[in-house]
Amino acid sequence: MPYPSVRPKPDGNKAITLPTGPYGVTDVMVHGLQSASTTTNYSHPLEHSEKHWNENKQKMDYVMLRNTIGVHAPLKLQMEKHVALKMQRLPGLPSSNLMMDTLTGRDDMIEFEDFLGDPVNSERMGHPHVMMEKQLNIL
Amino acid sequence: MGADTRATEDTIVADKNCSKIHYIAPNIYCCGAGTAADTEMTTNMISSQIELHRLNTGRTPRVCTANRLLKQFLFRYHGYISAALVLGGVDTTGSYLYSIHPHGSTDKLPYVTMGSGSLAAMAVFEDGFKAEMEKEEAMKLVRDAIAAGIFNDLGSGSNVDLCIITKDKVEYLRPYDEANLKGVRQGNYRYKKGTTAVLKKEVVKSMFEVVKTQVKTTKPESMDTT
Repeated sequence: MPYPSVRPKPDGNKAITLPTGPYGVTDVMVHGLQSASTTTNYSHPLEHSEKHWNENKQKMDYVMLRNTIGVHAPLKLQMEKHVALKMQRLPGLPSSNLMMDTLTGRDDMIEFEDFLGDPVNSERMGHPHVMMEKQLNIL
Repeated sequence: MGADTRATEDTIVADKNCSKIHYIAPNIYCCGAGTAADTEMTTNMISSQIELHRLNTGRTPRVCTANRLLKQFLFRYHGYISAALVLGGVDTTGSYLYSIHPHGSTDKLPYVTMGSGSLAAMAVFEDGFKAEMEKEEAMKLVRDAIAAGIFNDLGSGSNVDLCIITKDKVEYLRPYDEANLKGVRQGNYRYKKGTTAVLKKEVVKSMFEVVKTQVKTTKPESMDTT
């Protein structure tokens, strides 16, 4: 199984998906004005690399495990992570993600996300009613 | 390990006495050249990570661990974090000196220099370095190398700081050598007291009257819990 590159690089095969609403166009009230260029054109050379850093690192680890001890290892780990992702609080409330942190090893590391960009200090607030309706698909 | 103490903004000296030798662990210190904020934040991050790692393992941190963390951190950011570092320390396996470049490449060498004055300092090292030097001799050599950078390079200046890490203790000599003291004024332009003769002195008490008194209660402000 081939290893992914050490630094995540944008490949040209990515399909651009915009959220669709009624009549096939994006619902401006819910999603805002959308354009495909925001998903592909980045304002900083490092934006793509940083966005996909953790995902790429995980993929490298899975490929290495598959090549050394077999395909059962990444499958088991992915199942555990799938379960951990489901344990979230209601939308708008911060989840501690304790199980996910333990599985990914984030509880042993200090990164920029740990002291910068704390959602507690963010200037914007989501509308809790709208977020609940969106989650329950009754919007 | 030695460093000068000048921080510049292009051609202006921003800080005449900044501290360029950063703490990473009790037995590991790191000199930083390049953008001051980048070196500061990078060394702080790696210091926190080393401390967390030390709490996990229960052992004194190794210099190679700090080196590995720094190089992986800097590689991730493609050189956009312009921090050129000289990492040095003593651990249970021995003493080490690493140079770390902004893109993430590292070298383990007996003597290294980084920064704008690195060529001047390296010239002094190449001439004077010997294996197995005494402590005083080594201190003098590092001081001479930094002084070469201070006097021959515009990006370096002011004093020489030294940090000597041994197995038992760390000596952080700041400043070790004040090579550029600010000049002392030689003359005084002030007039002596009594130059102008005093003819008459009159003391007048200024009269003021109370117009209005107002008593205000100061409420303690309610706490803002947002």
